[in-house]
Amino acid sequence: MTYLTDRKRAAGLGSAKSGTQHHWHMMISSVALVGLIPCFIFTFGSIYGAPYEDVLAYYQRPFPAIVALLTFAVGFIHFRGGVQTLIEDYVHGTAKKVAIIAMICLSYTAAAAGVLAVAGLAL
Amino acid sequence: MVEFTLPKNSRMVTGKTWPKPEGAKNTKKVQVYRWNPDDGKNPRLDTYFVDLDSCGPMVLDALIKIKTDIDPTLTFRRSCREGICGSCAMNIDGVNTLACISGLDEAKGDIKIYPLPHMPVIKDLIPDLTHFYAQHASIMPWLETKTNAPAKEWRQSIDDRAKLDGRYECIMCACCSTSCPSYWWNSDRYLGPAALLAAHRWIVDSRDEATGERLDDLEDPFKLYRCHTIMNCAKACPKGLNPAKAIAEIKHMMVERIV
Repeated sequence: MTYLTDRKRAAGLGSAKSGTQHHWHMMISSVALVGLIPCFIFTFGSIYGAPYEDVLAYYQRPFPAIVALLTFAVGFIHFRGGVQTLIEDYVHGTAKKVAIIAMICLSYTAAAAGVLAVAGLAL
Repeated sequence: MVEFTLPKNSRMVTGKTWPKPEGAKNTKKVQVYRWNPDDGKNPRLDTYFVDLDSCGPMVLDALIKIKTDIDPTLTFRRSCREGICGSCAMNIDGVNTLACISGLDEAKGDIKIYPLPHMPVIKDLIPDLTHFYAQHASIMPWLETKTNAPAKEWRQSIDDRAKLDGRYECIMCACCSTSCPSYWWNSDRYLGPAALLAAHRWIVDSRDEATGERLDDLEDPFKLYRCHTIMNCAKACPKGLNPAKAIAEIKHMMVERIV
């Protein structure tokens, strides 16, 4: 219980002077994924179920490899931003910070695993 | 953590059913949320039968009739009874709207009336809007100038004046903010659609000289960016305004500053 004026309660700690970069990056990654996801579905779908040697040869071509690399990287960066917003919406207090840290670690790990897997095929 | 269930002392219980008016042939069943902070009981849903042959056409008319003829303890706000003051904002059949411009014939069956959602209740249909008003005050809803005041008036072109249309008509009824899930979960930090619509009204005012400061104050992951374009605000607004569009335009201006 504290005695705060209504204005002080509404003002809180003031403006963080941030948020626009996050918003802008989410917009950029969204636009990128609009192009990348169909390309990934097209390239991955065309080789899905093929023998290992054929897949290896396919992903040693630059276009499918670059598309897969970018899809994993951009997709998980976008995922990181989106889930952070989601956590901020619904979780409060210390649990929020813990959940955001865990989600960032998970997102970058998944992105790195995807990139490494494609690099392993392509190189 | 967000609470998805009501606390024990806020759960609804069955309320009193008042007898039908004697001799009435054309009645409407109206169920109204009741809660009195003084009796220590849980909120309840009381049932009334309104004689439509001796009642005005609007939901507010029915509430006034209930208070006058049936139950004088029923408490609600009302003033202008023509959609100008915003006092009688409440949740009618699941939609936030003004009781005075909501017709009794718009509901096909019974009518259920609750206070505006997710706000502290003072009594019955009266929500506590203190924080909502404080948030509105925090966006400085007045003309800020640095230039010395002109001898006659601050001039504004017809085109610039037209930019305020769809912004200045807000009556601060809180229908939009209380329909917004983001505002439900984070109203302590998110300003909500009503305050942001008002902020945009002053940001686009050609006479205002504090545009940068206003944008600075709004640039915050919670104050502004909790809006996820859910659009409930535009759907709920009884004046037909579009706060979501105004918020999108603020975000656009924010991006203009960095790109």
